[in-house]
Amino acid sequence: MTRVGVVTFPGSLDDGDARRAVRLAGAEPVRLWHGDHDLQGVDAVVLPGGFSYGDYLRCGAIAARSPIMTEIVAAADAGLPVLGICNGFQMLTEAHLLPGGLVRNDHGAFVCRDQRLRVEQTSTAWTNAFSAGEEIVVPLKNGEGGYVADADTVARLEGEGRVVFRYLDVDPNGSVNRIAGIANERGNVVGLMPHPEHAVEPGFGPDTRLAMRSGVDGLRIFRSALEAVLAA
Amino acid sequence: MPVIVVEVMPKAELLDPQGKAVAGALQRLGRSAFSGVRVGKRFELHVDGPVTDALLADAREVAETLLANLVIEDVVSVRELEDVEA
Repeated sequence: MTRVGVVTFPGSLDDGDARRAVRLAGAEPVRLWHGDHDLQGVDAVVLPGGFSYGDYLRCGAIAARSPIMTEIVAAADAGLPVLGICNGFQMLTEAHLLPGGLVRNDHGAFVCRDQRLRVEQTSTAWTNAFSAGEEIVVPLKNGEGGYVADADTVARLEGEGRVVFRYLDVDPNGSVNRIAGIANERGNVVGLMPHPEHAVEPGFGPDTRLAMRSGVDGLRIFRSALEAVLAA
Repeated sequence: MPVIVVEVMPKAELLDPQGKAVAGALQRLGRSAFSGVRVGKRFELHVDGPVTDALLADAREVAETLLANLVIEDVVSVRELEDVEA
């Protein structure tokens, strides 16, 4: 069975939900610890949401320098699928696995809503189970989710098709070009601010037109990783 | 104990929502002479020995690699704090 590691940092919040998403996607979740130098041979890694180190210094900054990140950076460079969700996305930018950065929402407030997104790129390790341009709804909850990068970087991301998810309806946090998630050049590392792990089980996801809380659009992000591992 | 001060500011071209919120409060308090605010960070690095050029260079490296994220922030100064005994 495909084994997907979920790293727990001091202050991680959604590591439990990420493990559940991995399980519901049909893989075996493996607990990884920030202080270890051991990835336990997993086939993919999820950096979960939360408030690692209380968002001290900068969101994700201290976690990005933790022992396990040395292993994750090396493994990501070798092609291991790595997904960063929210605080995990912030860690990926702080670890320079993804370009740009996340800053405080432009309106200054924490935002929590079910967010419609467009899947812009389906050739990544985490989006291959979607069709191009598909629209999905997953929860979004952040205070510092405004994606910023210099103009050259944004042009390169857009030109190379590395904008993976884009906000629809509203730009909830002031992200440049309404960017919700991006990938590295190889497509094995993806970071996004919205939380697909909260939309994986009927009864606990966003509302849909069919029924309350029935949204499970996030599940295919985790299923995509299984496909990526099998294809590798 | 000698102290090295590192000051970090959000990049000028980026919106600083925190500064904007403080500026809004100043306006409401009638302090309209202060037309804008930007909020940055000050770090005080304590060192045991004397502050040498090499140590200041180390501090600058730490500032640019950990204390600041140069994608969104600038290191505006790295210097020894004078008169810390006071």
